[in-house]
Amino acid sequence: MIASAKLKNLEARHRALRGLRDFFDERGFIEVETPTLVRSPGTELHIEALEVVGAGERRYLHPSPEYAMKRLLAAGMTRIFQVCKAYRRGELGHLHQPEFSMLEWYRSEAGSEAMIADTEALVARLAELLCGEARIGGQHGPIDLSPPWPRLGVQQAFERFAGTGAADFAALLDDEERFYRVLLEHVEPRLGVGRPTVLERYPAQMASLARLRSDDPSVADRFEVYVDGIELCNGFGELTDAAEQRRRLLAEQATRRQNGQPDYPIDERFLSALEAGMPESGGNALGLDRLLMLLLGTRDIAEVLSFDDAAI
Amino acid sequence: MYDTSNIKKGLKIQMDGVPFAVVEFQFVKPGKGVAFTRTKLKNMMTGAVLERTFRSGEKLEPAAMEERQMQYLYREGDRFVFMDTASYEQLELAEDFIAENQYYLVDGTMVDVLFFNEKAIGITPPTFVELRVTQTEPGFKGDTSSNTTKSAVLETGLEVQVPLFIEQDELLKIDTRTGGYSERVKK
Repeated sequence: MIASAKLKNLEARHRALRGLRDFFDERGFIEVETPTLVRSPGTELHIEALEVVGAGERRYLHPSPEYAMKRLLAAGMTRIFQVCKAYRRGELGHLHQPEFSMLEWYRSEAGSEAMIADTEALVARLAELLCGEARIGGQHGPIDLSPPWPRLGVQQAFERFAGTGAADFAALLDDEERFYRVLLEHVEPRLGVGRPTVLERYPAQMASLARLRSDDPSVADRFEVYVDGIELCNGFGELTDAAEQRRRLLAEQATRRQNGQPDYPIDERFLSALEAGMPESGGNALGLDRLLMLLLGTRDIAEVLSFDDAAI
Repeated sequence: MYDTSNIKKGLKIQMDGVPFAVVEFQFVKPGKGVAFTRTKLKNMMTGAVLERTFRSGEKLEPAAMEERQMQYLYREGDRFVFMDTASYEQLELAEDFIAENQYYLVDGTMVDVLFFNEKAIGITPPTFVELRVTQTEPGFKGDTSSNTTKSAVLETGLEVQVPLFIEQDELLKIDTRTGGYSERVKK
């Protein structure tokens, strides 16, 4: 038995997909599809992949299409987007499913700023399409989605919402578990209240695949958008320096081995593409299911899926 | 040992020698950050609820719980007396450990008594119990509209909403999980 509210949500998903395809098409983006079965699922410390048995040589379901999409940028494509399923092992909750829908897009000759502007315009546009206005209800009252959105640095956010001083913040960066406890307990719930929050200036330790900011190399050119306490997307001014990228991947791989986590190979074809030359680029990955949750006013990801993990 | 992936509602764990039952839980994780399971835990000795966030993969110690079926005999002041029907051994439990469950106890009811480290700390009543209506307003004959209810007091003092056709002295089947009326028992 499927509740009629859910069928309405599936129709809304269809309209959102059409809307976002129009949005990117109007802006000169090409929709691409990249393999979901990959050789390297990445070396992120806190993202575990699902291994596929029986695919010949070992394969994984991709946790994100970013390596393949960056290879397309290096090959000369300039504006690309993709809507795909992505997979992450062990992630299951009100905001997580082991299989979820990701919207990812890239622009060459661009950085974070262009990606933030795209995100603002896209979210406002889809809200107008689904809700009739760039405004949604939140847990603490209405949220005005119209651009531009307020910015907040990570350190600033910790100071404002958790009372973390500069010295304490530096100490938190050396204690990953505590950093994320404070983020989850005190900071995240206060982000995206009234207006979306663009959380930016991530500490260099959390640069991931982002370049460091030229104006302040202690922080990365990385941002996330929060709406109503929910993390919606993660964007980068992409790291294009192949040597630096290799150093980061090797360091993560070594840490994973040390922790006894599954040992994932480094994607050499991705690194070769960087070596051959990837243009300055911006990229953003947005959780499509979460955006639908926010626009449809539900706090449970299962409500926007045809069948969630418990229903398959 | 359990770890965080075993967490579900009702899971019983112990921390510093105190047994807790999971009341609520939620998986939380920033996209590129550490995963946690946020829980609300009920102290099974005091009933107090506390919040605790475990890092994913953290080990949890199962509570050394044991359940024994016993028969409820009678109440004496704030003590409830139960008996093991095999050994005839009797056990007294203070009202604090019975709490709301006292509304499901009539003489002879079989319950599961919960032991933690050999000490009785609570009971689980049967899923359904049959209780007699001691007081309710007369219903209206012929009114079968299903969304209309009235209140009834049962022999244990429990107050429930019942359909209008229920009359005084009738026996009702009560769902102890919800504390609500299930059906009329015809005898």
